Amino acid sequence: MSMANPTTSKRPPAEARKDESQERQKRMIGEHFHELARAPQTGRKCAYTFVPGNLTELLRSFDVLPVLPEINALQSGMRGKSRDYIALAEKLGHSEDVCTYVKCDVGMLRSGNVGPTGERLPNPDLLLLSYTGCFTFLKWFEILAQEYDCPVVMLHVPYQGDGKITDAMRKYVVDQLRSKVIPAFEKITGRAYDEDLLKEHLARSARAEDDLVWVLESAKHKPSPIDAYFGGVYYIGPIFSAFRGTEAAIGYYKELRAEVEERLREGRGPVIPDGELEHEKYRVVVEGPPNWTSFREFWKMFTDEGAVVVASTYTKVGGVYDFGFRHDPSRPLETLAEYCMGCYTNLNFPSRVDMLSRYVREYSADGFLINSVKSCNSFSAGQLMILREVEKRTGRPGGFVESDLVDPRYFSASNIKNRLESYFQMIAQRRGSDAGPTAGPTAGMTAGGAR
Amino acid sequence: MKSAHGNSNVTELLARAQALHHDLRFENVRAWKERNGGLAVGYLPVYVPRELLWAMNVLPVGVVGGGDQVEIIRGDAYYQSYICHLPRSTIELGLNGALDVLDGVLFPATCDVIRNLSGMWMMQFPDKYVHYLDVPQDFDTGVGGAFYRHELLEIAGALEARGARPLTDAALRAAIAAYDANRREIEALYELRRREPWKVPTHELYLVLKAGLVLPVDEHTMMLEDYRRLVIRDDARRPLDQARMLITGSFCEQPPIGLIKTLERAGCYIVDDDLVAVHRWIRGDVASLAPGQPPLDALVEAFLRNGVPSAIRYIDQDKKGRDLVERVRASGAEGVVFCAASFCDPALLDQPMLVGALDAAGIPWTSFKYAENTGQFQVIREQAGTFADSIKLWSGA
Repeated sequence: MSMANPTTSKRPPAEARKDESQERQKRMIGEHFHELARAPQTGRKCAYTFVPGNLTELLRSFDVLPVLPEINALQSGMRGKSRDYIALAEKLGHSEDVCTYVKCDVGMLRSGNVGPTGERLPNPDLLLLSYTGCFTFLKWFEILAQEYDCPVVMLHVPYQGDGKITDAMRKYVVDQLRSKVIPAFEKITGRAYDEDLLKEHLARSARAEDDLVWVLESAKHKPSPIDAYFGGVYYIGPIFSAFRGTEAAIGYYKELRAEVEERLREGRGPVIPDGELEHEKYRVVVEGPPNWTSFREFWKMFTDEGAVVVASTYTKVGGVYDFGFRHDPSRPLETLAEYCMGCYTNLNFPSRVDMLSRYVREYSADGFLINSVKSCNSFSAGQLMILREVEKRTGRPGGFVESDLVDPRYFSASNIKNRLESYFQMIAQRRGSDAGPTAGPTAGMTAGGAR
Repeated sequence: MKSAHGNSNVTELLARAQALHHDLRFENVRAWKERNGGLAVGYLPVYVPRELLWAMNVLPVGVVGGGDQVEIIRGDAYYQSYICHLPRSTIELGLNGALDVLDGVLFPATCDVIRNLSGMWMMQFPDKYVHYLDVPQDFDTGVGGAFYRHELLEIAGALEARGARPLTDAALRAAIAAYDANRREIEALYELRRREPWKVPTHELYLVLKAGLVLPVDEHTMMLEDYRRLVIRDDARRPLDQARMLITGSFCEQPPIGLIKTLERAGCYIVDDDLVAVHRWIRGDVASLAPGQPPLDALVEAFLRNGVPSAIRYIDQDKKGRDLVERVRASGAEGVVFCAASFCDPALLDQPMLVGALDAAGIPWTSFKYAENTGQFQVIREQAGTFADSIKLWSGA
């Protein structure tokens, strides 16, 4: 298969053509990290917490700044720092078998806790252990609790074992919010819980969520104006991290939506590292987190083949909004509980298989790929069964590659590239032997591309 | 002389326990169902409240994978190489029909792997009862307790719908009494081993504990009583010059018995452990925990108040490792062996914190990993032997 790049444009490289929303996001995140760095001087309180099940609106209602160790870890991976951080953690006794986010975070902490903008992150005033969809979170904050002299508050979010949210589950989470989480914030901030303020934040969340969903669903068009995995991780950045419930998030998603609307009108493909994908050759759904240490290289393996990711599950780890859920300000604590319980890795296996199958069908995908990461049992344990089940249900071929989140030792570029090339060849051959997925009821959506 | 329960010597008793250990078709369970007409429900490690099942004439059956006895043919097609061994052998047992005798399986909230296995089981065995038992990590009676109580009632309702006897207070009280007796007997054996470890070699105790995964509780309690009586009387069991060790980290995927024997042959007396942890997950009697209240409340309180500190249980106010250090002191252990399954997230993520506590307390330790089907023990033998020797040679004793 050619190493040339016939499917991407000859326009200037991405750095020169960044969309305005990208620049805006960069500024937002930079300002957030700067605020964090100045927190010891300004006296603002900080809570460390996790992306799935984050309670950003509640934190904001107490004027507390969130710090998200997973984001720090993935940033370290992208900046080439994770190898040394992980090595340091392993030297300190952390097993080679366990989550590399944790080890990267421990290594970063022991190396001065310098964030992605080069500024030191503040120590936490509170560790908010939102135990949602990942057992490792519990251990991670037990480890951090030994490093910091600050309170820890646990929010145990029950798993959707039977594929639904029951009243008892909702009540359990709300009871914890009322009796544990809110008092912890009141204690560290000296402020009383202000439900009206929380409602205002939640109302803003819902507005941003509407635009995010529109953007993600724009990939149902052909050609897709976005890449919903590699590009998608940028799109989810503000809403999955520190900005849900803010005017800044509303502004970002409004602008992003306008840009995508324009791309759609013009029949343009997604922004990719080399510019813009001009000819959409394959449409795939991806399950699993990306590899962060070789993010661009991994992405390029797709774009070199003309492959666009039209839907992904990773972009739902911080909230599943595309099946109708919105934060509801009229039920502030209940809606937070439902949000937490609805995050992707908190869904049971049949629900995950249903979601992937639905994506394959609704996004007219040629197939789906699983990037199985060694670090994350929550995602990975059982993915081989997902592969078979989704193939069975959709009739579309599945592909399987293995890598890791932030440990560069587990990214074997040649192996992954070989597998991807073979996978896309298989799709091409299937097209040659039958009508393939381009036929059928969704083919009418095609608005250009190479088919 | 035969004991009151029919076991005339330890060899005979252990042969029975060994047969149960090797019986991966669960013939014992099948026979119980034919005799009693009740359901049999499996449970994965680590803890489920077996009292609830037993009160409904449901035989709780511990499913701890295939150990070193099952050749994995199809199970590997379900799991990547970096996932622990237990789920692949459990799937293998499911696919080869060994678990057909079970009417359902409970998957407790132990880790993400067992959690995901619950959904896989639902898809693979749609006719069976499958439930993910989400145990609370909030330990207030009105919060986590209320949630847990609801979980237990859900299970009871689902089992009743499948033909189990309705749950009554009287039956639950009787079941709690039966398991309390079992816990007391196990504690007595552990106490005997702490005092005279040569009387209770852990490779024997391990088999006797494993028998409790498939036997009805009363029958298992009798086996424990017999075993204790018989080994106390056995004067051939004489002390050896061994180092006293506590092993930890083996609460879920169980090590092969050869590994336990290897540690003992390498010069270790195991004087405390977390093997087959379901038996000792609740400390003390349950019956007395909620006097005057329905017995279900006692079962809930037992989990909230008397659950053992463990890698899978959030430690709120307590200090990590404090319990381990106390157990070392209480058991008179001279060192700790971290013995965890490869890729066991809870145990391996916990380990650096526990190591910190041991180091602070000046307690020596060593560590290695295993899989349930590990077959080569030479390296472990050398490591454990060296560790035991170093304790004997250089400890302050």
